[in-house]
Amino acid sequence: MAGFLARRLLNYLVLIVVATSLAYMLAASALDPRSNYEGRNPPIPPAVVDARLTDLNLNDRTPLFERYLTWAGALAHGDFGRTVAGGSVGDDLGRRIGVTLRLITVGLLVGSVTGVLVGAYAAVKQYGAFDRLSTALSFVVLAVPTVVLANILIIAAVRFNEAVGAQILLVSGEATPGLQGGFAAAGIDRIQHLLLPTLSLSLGLAAVYSRYQRNMMLDVLGADFIRTAMAKGLSRRAALTRHALRTALIPAVTYFAFTFGALLVGTTFTEKIFGWHGVGEQLVDSISTNDINTVAAISCFAALAVLLAALASDVLHAVLDPRVRVG
Amino acid sequence: MTIAEEELTEQRASVDRIKAPSRLRVVMGRLLRSGRGRTGSVLLALIFLLAFAGPYLTRWTYTAKDFTAFLAPPSTEHWWGTLQTGADVYAVTLRGTRRSLVVGLLAAVVGTALAAVVGAFAGYFGSWTDRSLTWVTDLLLVLPAFLILAIMSPLFAGGQWPMFVLVLALFLWMVTSKIVRSMTISLREREFIQAARFMGVPPTRIIFRHIIPNMSSLLVVDATLNVSAAILTETSLSYFGFGIQPPDVSLGSLIADGAQTALYAPWTFWFCAGLLIVTVLAVNLVGDSLRDAFDPTARRSG
Repeated sequence: MAGFLARRLLNYLVLIVVATSLAYMLAASALDPRSNYEGRNPPIPPAVVDARLTDLNLNDRTPLFERYLTWAGALAHGDFGRTVAGGSVGDDLGRRIGVTLRLITVGLLVGSVTGVLVGAYAAVKQYGAFDRLSTALSFVVLAVPTVVLANILIIAAVRFNEAVGAQILLVSGEATPGLQGGFAAAGIDRIQHLLLPTLSLSLGLAAVYSRYQRNMMLDVLGADFIRTAMAKGLSRRAALTRHALRTALIPAVTYFAFTFGALLVGTTFTEKIFGWHGVGEQLVDSISTNDINTVAAISCFAALAVLLAALASDVLHAVLDPRVRVG
Repeated sequence: MTIAEEELTEQRASVDRIKAPSRLRVVMGRLLRSGRGRTGSVLLALIFLLAFAGPYLTRWTYTAKDFTAFLAPPSTEHWWGTLQTGADVYAVTLRGTRRSLVVGLLAAVVGTALAAVVGAFAGYFGSWTDRSLTWVTDLLLVLPAFLILAIMSPLFAGGQWPMFVLVLALFLWMVTSKIVRSMTISLREREFIQAARFMGVPPTRIIFRHIIPNMSSLLVVDATLNVSAAILTETSLSYFGFGIQPPDVSLGSLIADGAQTALYAPWTFWFCAGLLIVTVLAVNLVGDSLRDAFDPTARRSG
């Protein structure tokens, strides 16, 4: 097991390095930071622009490979370079990663737990009212893209607030700036802000998982070992939760690694639309502002996150399936 | 004509009468008999009809602007109202749907073809081919697709949307190719593949003639579901201005514009958003019931 994990980790490390380098090369050749300085009034002298770009290691007159080496050399010391505005990319992203991780963690937990429970219950009551309803709902939810869902939620929230006559659901930002009041007020304020982005992130996830979990659970429910478990005297509930659900969770856990990339993208949209200042928002903004170093740093972060998810799903797989632990 | 020949023709005639139905007909029959498949196919047919024939019903084109009606509600003049710029919502929405459908279909077909070829080659040849192809697959899974597509968006400007389709397809094939690879590994040991190999059929020919056709059901289902994935990615990219570039329109860019005026001019948002949702829903319904129709063990109701 240890040797297997070590080899996996090494492979992952190589993948991250290659993916980040590739993203840097692509960004450096496709984005044009020089255009940020064009069309100013009064026009900036080209020599000044050149000096500024060289200072930031963004000058397109320097050969791409030379820029890459400078960037990689700094990165080896943990320095992600500087943004087009001159600030440190590392500090900027460090602030934002916390925001993103909070949103992802809550969304992921709510989405996957809801999805798995709904799917499992629907499978147990196959062709019942709940099963039909959840299947129909998940089909509809899966057809609504995150960008549309987020906007629909905002519209619904505004109408809801109008109807109630109070600002219950807040649709912009992570917390109200300059809020008066104690710890409790701040907590409630944060929850009010968190509610809709979490919903927009976790609804799709829950729909995917409920479909998947339902199919897996149906396969397991007909298996001999469930009948054996009940025959040896286990209650139906115990047989279903301890034996059926646990076995049916294994493929869902493997699937988790694949959905994580989609989740990151969903977070990007959610952050941008709800105005959370996280990594996802920065991703959209950095491309619009031709910020090569930030783009490369974000791809590094995304690659790391996807691989951590793959690693986590390997570990969870081992926890759930004794054959992996022993074999 | 001898008696033997006569008997033969008679036998042939009776065989013709009980001719086995073609696989295509069986699958289509099952698809149309299931409620989901029927709903999906009918919806999809209607959307195609609307997207390709609908623009001829109105005198407005997607580039025309009515300077006497800005942000006007739906009326007999403008069936679905107008945008802030005076553009007719009906005309631009149909144009966007058309663009999204074409991009989605092409990207899905290219992506699935890529998945089939890469997966089959990796599975059939094994060793170094397998290791390097699997590594490339893993690499593309790790690269943030949205970010790469967004970075390359300047390349799509100026009507270069076929380029956009190719890049979109490049990020659609990885998971399927993993499934194809593992199926190829088990197919490789089957007798008919071995027989072909011992008869001296070259490997590439075996892959295209024997391995890939054996996975056609998986690939058809996958291509269908990829259409909705491609449409969703395309609209999301266009929403943020990284996909289809103006003056061309896509459902994504329309939704982005509509979302800003949705509160006081609902028609700018709900027509394009609704059409997008119905399209994706229809494609998913068809894909899901196709999977059941191809599966000989699936339980069929009705």
